[in-house]
Amino acid sequence: MLGLDTKDTRLLIIVAIMVMAAPILLNPFPADSAMAQFNAGYPDLMQRFVIFGIFAIGFNILFGLTGYLSFGHAAFLGMGSYAAVWMFKLLSYNVVPAILLSVIVAAAFSVVIGYISLRRSGIYFSILTLAFAQMSYALAYSVLTPITNGETGLQVYTNDPQILMGENSPNVPHLFGIEMRGTADLELGAWTFTFGNGYYLAALMMLLSFYISLRIFRSPFGLMLRAVKSNQNRLTFTGVSPKPYTLAAFVISGMYAGLAGGLLAAMDPLTGAERMQWTASGEVVLMTILGGAGTLIGPVLGAGLIKYLENIFSKINDGILHQWFAFMPDGLEDFMVTILHPFIGKGWHLTLGLIFMAIVIFLPGGLVEGGQRIGRLFKRRKTDDASSATTKPAE
Amino acid sequence: MGILEVKGVNKRFGGLQALGDVNLSVAENTVHAIIGPNGAGKSTLLNVLVGKLIPDSGSVMFDGNSVLGRQPYEINQMGISRVFQTPEIFADLSVIENVMIPCFAKRDGAFRMHAIESVGNEKNIREQAEAMLDDVNMLDKRNMIASVMSRGDKRRLEMAMCLVQEPRLLLLDEPTAGMARADTNNTIDLLKEIKEKRDITMAIIEHDMHVVFSLADRITVLAQGTPLVEDTPEKIKGHPKVKEAYLGEAAH
Repeated sequence: MLGLDTKDTRLLIIVAIMVMAAPILLNPFPADSAMAQFNAGYPDLMQRFVIFGIFAIGFNILFGLTGYLSFGHAAFLGMGSYAAVWMFKLLSYNVVPAILLSVIVAAAFSVVIGYISLRRSGIYFSILTLAFAQMSYALAYSVLTPITNGETGLQVYTNDPQILMGENSPNVPHLFGIEMRGTADLELGAWTFTFGNGYYLAALMMLLSFYISLRIFRSPFGLMLRAVKSNQNRLTFTGVSPKPYTLAAFVISGMYAGLAGGLLAAMDPLTGAERMQWTASGEVVLMTILGGAGTLIGPVLGAGLIKYLENIFSKINDGILHQWFAFMPDGLEDFMVTILHPFIGKGWHLTLGLIFMAIVIFLPGGLVEGGQRIGRLFKRRKTDDASSATTKPAE
Repeated sequence: MGILEVKGVNKRFGGLQALGDVNLSVAENTVHAIIGPNGAGKSTLLNVLVGKLIPDSGSVMFDGNSVLGRQPYEINQMGISRVFQTPEIFADLSVIENVMIPCFAKRDGAFRMHAIESVGNEKNIREQAEAMLDDVNMLDKRNMIASVMSRGDKRRLEMAMCLVQEPRLLLLDEPTAGMARADTNNTIDLLKEIKEKRDITMAIIEHDMHVVFSLADRITVLAQGTPLVEDTPEKIKGHPKVKEAYLGEAAH
């Protein structure tokens, strides 16, 4: 189906179902229960899951397939956001031109930055991309203030032209009238499920991105990209010029980043230079490695995990910890809270760091490898059962 | 007129004359060996032939076109394939993918944005690669990851990757360097088999006389960057100049 073999079709369908049902799947705890804080099924967070999923899927096309580690991809995300907000300022709050321009702008910049950075490989390539991203950040933060509004951040003002703005057009980002912030609530017993318009737009874009990435992985082009990673010397002596391939991969991943940036702006029509900072570039590297670089679904899982930790762990405070350990004697309770204190709230990075270390050391293939190992464990048990069943009659 | 013509090639590295006035002609459908003691300039000559080094003077013509100043991939697209000292393969990819890549390179050229097609639908390429693997008795290993194979199999695979492109000239850079006797003999058998089965022109840079004498139609002996003699293996065997180059003064 859709030019995919049965296995990939199944994967795509599973991902589509999960994404479409996410508002329910990610809300397993009733709204007034103590565990409700672990629910991730609200539009704001789910939007982040899928948007950063897009970012990581694109990054994985470059890093996972060709092995070129870019440390500057957040620059394209930031450019995408700026482009989208400018479209809101100049035309109207319709997200279609905004998203289109964000992809185009990111593509144009990634051609230039990619062309120059790809003159080198390995660590030098990483440093070049990092340098470009930091330059972009510095420009956006100060020098280009007329375009980026500097440290205040770019946003839409009432006196902006918005030439396509009609009388009845909504005053928030919308898709031909469907407001991105609009939600529909579904109450089922103790549960409340919220379905956001913005989430579903971002989710559809993510499914499209995932589908394109699937096609790229299975194409001769994708095979050549993997050959670049495996042995560039052999590839050149096989008659293939690696540079256009790596540049194409770089531009595609830059466009994914631009799309993610455009969607971020579409969900919330303001942006700032901090989206381009090197920590943001590093985050997508973490997402990809955490989930499993070079795997299809890994980057999405990695993006989800990091955004979940960022939003859920950072909200746990000492008060909540005291509640959890209330059953303990006072001294022990305080002791537990003191021990766990550095890992929660603002310290969630520490938790992330520990998880990252554990995964890199014990599961170099990321979460996907973890899943495969568990899968194999079950399969082995099944075959063991099957073989013992067949050998029994022989006894 | 040979398919590969090297004329008056000079290359200096500082004070060292690595190649001095090298003339060489490789005739079509022959196996031409270039031998010489360590430091004779064999590797420098090979690097000139594949575009890695540009000589100070002289010309290298392949089928009437100069190869000088061209990128390795352009030289490959002209019809020259290269086998390396240690097998250069795509170690992370499966054996069949290793052979399909050169097939794609041959069909699509140095770059094609074929991102929407599926490798699974490329039946011709797959058949071509499978036929090649069958030829070198590796069809049963097609789904193996290349890195887990033995060194001998990696050599065989690299050979298959070069041959599937049907090159007009196959360059071999010390194909048996560092191999045990048994592996060396296997490689010789493989090369002999290839030579018998298809019309192919080979240029072998080699240190090991045993390999050269059992394969080559013509031999050029290189010493201190200059060709000493060029002749058939029989004549080279007893040639006094060759003995001198290999064994030094003691041979007198």
